[in-house]
Amino acid sequence: MKQVRYLVLAIMAVLFSFTTLWAEDPIKIGAVLSVTGPASPLGEPERNTAQLVQEQINAKGGLLGRKLEIIVYDDESAVDKALTAADKLLKKDNVSAVIGPTTTPNTLAIEAKFDAAAVPLVSCAAGEKIVVPVKNWVFKTPQSDRLAVARILSHLKSRKIDKIAILTVSDAFGQGGREMLKALGPKAGVEIVADEVYSPKDTDMTAQLTKIKSTDAKALVSWGTPQTGSAIVTKNRVQLGITIPLYLSHGVASPKFIELAGSAGEGVLLPAGRLIVADEVPAKNPQKAVLTKYVKDYETKFKSPVSTFGGHAWDAIMLVVKAIEMGKSDKPADIRANLEKIKGFVGTGGVFNFSPQEHNGLDESAFEMVSIVKGAWKIVK
Amino acid sequence: MGFSSFLQFFISGVTMGSIYGLTALGFTIIFNTTGIINFAQGEFVMLGGLLSVFFLKWFQIGLPLSVLLAVLATSVIGAAIERFAIRPVRGGSVINLILVTIGISIFVRGLTMLIFGKDTFVLPHFSGDLPLTFAGAAIMPQSIWILAVTLLLLLALRLFFTKTIFGKGMLACSYDKKASYLVGIGVNGMVLLSFVISALVGAIGGVILTPVTMTSYDVGIMLGLKGFSACIIGGLGNPFGAAAGGVILGILESFGAGLVSSAYKDAIAFCILLILLFVKPSGLFGLSKIERV
Repeated sequence: MKQVRYLVLAIMAVLFSFTTLWAEDPIKIGAVLSVTGPASPLGEPERNTAQLVQEQINAKGGLLGRKLEIIVYDDESAVDKALTAADKLLKKDNVSAVIGPTTTPNTLAIEAKFDAAAVPLVSCAAGEKIVVPVKNWVFKTPQSDRLAVARILSHLKSRKIDKIAILTVSDAFGQGGREMLKALGPKAGVEIVADEVYSPKDTDMTAQLTKIKSTDAKALVSWGTPQTGSAIVTKNRVQLGITIPLYLSHGVASPKFIELAGSAGEGVLLPAGRLIVADEVPAKNPQKAVLTKYVKDYETKFKSPVSTFGGHAWDAIMLVVKAIEMGKSDKPADIRANLEKIKGFVGTGGVFNFSPQEHNGLDESAFEMVSIVKGAWKIVK
Repeated sequence: MGFSSFLQFFISGVTMGSIYGLTALGFTIIFNTTGIINFAQGEFVMLGGLLSVFFLKWFQIGLPLSVLLAVLATSVIGAAIERFAIRPVRGGSVINLILVTIGISIFVRGLTMLIFGKDTFVLPHFSGDLPLTFAGAAIMPQSIWILAVTLLLLLALRLFFTKTIFGKGMLACSYDKKASYLVGIGVNGMVLLSFVISALVGAIGGVILTPVTMTSYDVGIMLGLKGFSACIIGGLGNPFGAAAGGVILGILESFGAGLVSSAYKDAIAFCILLILLFVKPSGLFGLSKIERV
């Protein structure tokens, strides 16, 4: 009998020692990110950022006195994997909130689950459909296509350009931009005189550009990413001697584009978040401090340049963290309610103002028009 | 749209078409000696370009040497593929062997991704990137390189197959393996050689293409597919048909995009391909199959 009592005591001692070590369970935030697969140039910096933020917060004593744990699942850029990952986070890990997925199709595929499970999702994908119409439990941090297109259109107007040609890539991103250009262009008094398309894997766009050259367009707007043809469009246009200004999408804003486009990239115009021009942002801008710190932290830890996408993940995590601090609670419902109350939150993508009707929280001012001057991004005045 | 636009479509088409043609040529060489469609052919093209980029970056030995090294390395890889992946299963049916080549292509692509990353890379143009204008159409010096190298390669292969003993041996294998054995041709060696030459041709294609189109670990898929289509257009088994098929496919694509609709560019090219196959299943330059008794 005595032996049994000792055994019980011993077990209790072990248990107690654990509970005193971890006063409370950690606060768990899930993440579904495309760390591998075609979207990995986006998802990898996002995963890195999640690690960075987790370390930083725990080094400072955690969140609400508890440890912060960010559980990252890789969806391999595939929709089905994103669904499984979401199920795992919601049912097995019981997380308080989820950030990601990296891409719009994956976000649209899993968002219904979050309404059903009543857990907030803060997406790192840009597609406007994610938050329009507003879904109770779904938020996103990247600037919408609509804002980027609006920024380009107002820049066109300021240069008195009223006829443009558009050349878009035939994937979800390019066609989203195309629809937006066709919807907003005429309203802003900009006529689209040529509407050409290319496939993401195309390696030569001279045929489309030759066609555009024969129109009276005064500017060319091309919607794609460096991986899906934008660099080739930029080069081909120089080869064909097309001299009208070239506007590109915000998806191009990465150092990789400068490398790929080479000298042909000089002078292209595009709207971009301030992260890639962090050095140039004037000190009085509210984002300056956040941008400089994130760039420095990321580049010292990972020895590679920051990308806009890592910034989207930083915004998503820090917004959730902020909501948890505001409500002093990690209950999903409290996080959601407090996310909607966040006003004037300074992130890498802009200054976020959420409301029950607005789950992206950014406006046109999140973008600067930038250009490439002597192989570096510069803000266009 | 004037004459200069048409000329531009034509130039674009011929440039891209030459690359499809070179890929198609690689398919044909292996098909002729083994009866296999080597679906890793696109990977040879990718390796040629990507290895040049990295040799240039790592060794700082200048463009010509990097290119030479990349082409040699790809040829060695081609030989290794034949020796270690194809030869051990040579007894299997053609379908099994084709599946093996698909496996190889996935393996090579995955390995390349792990070693070199998922980024897109570019090579400098061989002789400047200022376009020459000709009757209102722009020609890149690189396009001239592509055309010239393609023609030279075709000529060299023609000489190889008609004038050298190795070339004749390979042709003999394509007609009848058993008979080739009997007259003392080393069939194993010939098959190995066919992989080396295909890899060489593919790699050269990749090298001259990369300054224009850029490269990444996954460019081989689309190029392989287009090259295969070019083979079918030209008639499987006919090297010069394959090259011509590539040029035809390139021109169809370019005019499809320029005159009809750029959104349906690939659809137009492949529709014409389908119609062609309905009308002439053996391809434009292929001989219809003769049953020998």
